[in-house]
Amino acid sequence: MKKFTPYLQALPLSLVFLAFFLAPLCLVVVISFFDYQAYDILIPDFVFFNYEDVFSSQVTYATYWITLKFCVIVWAITFVIGFFIAYFLVFHVETMRWQIALFLLCTIPFWTSIVIRMISWIPLLGRNGLVNEALKGLGIVSESQEWLLYSEFAVVLGYVHLYTLFMVVPIFNSLLRIDKSLVEAATDAGASTWQTLLTVILPLCKPGIAIGSIFVIAMVMGDFVTVNVLGGGQVASVGKAISTELSYLQFPPAAANSMVLLGAVILMIFALMRIVDIRKEL
Amino acid sequence: MASASSAPGSRGWRYGLRILFGTFVVFLWGPLFLVILLSFQGPTGGLTFPMNGVSFHWFLQLLEPQPIGDIWGSFERSIILGLMVMVLTVVISFLAGLAFRARFKGSTLVFYLVIASMIMPSVVVSLGIGAGFELLGIPRIWFTSALGAHLTWTLPFGLLIMFAVFNRFNPAYEEAARDLGATGFQAIRHVVLPIVAPSLIGVALFGFTLSYDEIARTSQSVGPLNTLPLELQAMQTNVTTPVIYALGSVTTFLSLAVIGVALTASAIMHGRQKRKGSDAGSGLV
Repeated sequence: MKKFTPYLQALPLSLVFLAFFLAPLCLVVVISFFDYQAYDILIPDFVFFNYEDVFSSQVTYATYWITLKFCVIVWAITFVIGFFIAYFLVFHVETMRWQIALFLLCTIPFWTSIVIRMISWIPLLGRNGLVNEALKGLGIVSESQEWLLYSEFAVVLGYVHLYTLFMVVPIFNSLLRIDKSLVEAATDAGASTWQTLLTVILPLCKPGIAIGSIFVIAMVMGDFVTVNVLGGGQVASVGKAISTELSYLQFPPAAANSMVLLGAVILMIFALMRIVDIRKEL
Repeated sequence: MASASSAPGSRGWRYGLRILFGTFVVFLWGPLFLVILLSFQGPTGGLTFPMNGVSFHWFLQLLEPQPIGDIWGSFERSIILGLMVMVLTVVISFLAGLAFRARFKGSTLVFYLVIASMIMPSVVVSLGIGAGFELLGIPRIWFTSALGAHLTWTLPFGLLIMFAVFNRFNPAYEEAARDLGATGFQAIRHVVLPIVAPSLIGVALFGFTLSYDEIARTSQSVGPLNTLPLELQAMQTNVTTPVIYALGSVTTFLSLAVIGVALTASAIMHGRQKRKGSDAGSGLV
């Protein structure tokens, strides 16, 4: 009996992921080869034209270009901010009590509504928003700037707002494990703060950076909600293209597009793990 | 504490980092704060500043039937769904956490499946579940298909928390219970469960709030009746009055209340463990 206990305990978890994750995922692979019509949205078949459509369409390349661009920009910004925030919390906040308090201060917004946090940029960035009024008041611009909201800029800002925390937490976690005496040793040996940061701390928190990066990249690659709300129909990312197809009930093309997206995400994650591993070996 | 040794860097560094942190906190909280402020906009006020007076007008408007969107229906569904997901996440994560203490066959596979679900683009999961129910001819409902979709998002977090908990869990307690004649179930019920209970509150918090805010995985799996985040997303393109800010304030308040309750409960339980748990060495020996 005792031998079977772990299996019984893991059974509910396994069943949930078989039924609602693995099976649906396999189904997406299968229906990406299905045919479809306006009145019959899923016709079992084995055709390749969904993929042909994806690869022959100019729209695909445009959406991938913009999504990759978002990925690179958002990754760079969240990494720099996330690293220094975590570094501050771990190495510059002295008492545990303050560390916890400041950490909570950063994490609590994470638990409030995502849509509300996106909508909350409207009174700031809108045509008559605070930023535009301030810019006009200061005489920096004479007319309201339209590129602040419902633009690529707004989408990137939204991503940074929503996802920086996903970079902070794993890096924070890695930094906590660093033996402080290593930092002292580097300082005693004459290293400047920058040198300590780059040659001691940064290499030691690589696992945290890798985890944070995987999170941010995966979320930006698949996102359509932020693009919907803050892009305001002006911006088309891959996720948005898929969700648009779904809203027209075009499941098979959406599935084919999803498979390509998934391939891209997996490639990026592998590339990331490679970079981390290679550096470890050097 | 030897502050100079643990905080490397000159004064410039210290001030620079403090300014960065302060700016980051303002960046995180500022917009949210403005929305809450604007939800008290006067009856003639609009979506942006200035405030045309201060009133509860838009909160009262929330109680009226809306031209667009089913606010209270979706609100109710989101809360019920969140509670269902919360309970399931706690139970399933706890059991799985117990299971993963032993190396069982297939444990690596299950673990990778869970992690894959965490980083899988949500739109793909949503599409798969939606299409699956469609093909099987089962109607998509918020408390069936969307419940499953939410679990694929909350359980990875729950499981990772349980891993962290059981990594630090001293197996001697459970062994001692067994040596004293407790059955496996008794040892878990009376020894393991009380010790990990404060962490289970953390799992519950993740379960509820991640579900309450979920939107991407819900989109294709929810069926005809929306949850609150989906309703909000639909509303924000059409609603041009601060009523949406009022709704935002209400839902933000609810999130903060849930976090507050969870943190307080966790703190109380930790306190009680410290007081009650420490009598082991102070007996009549």
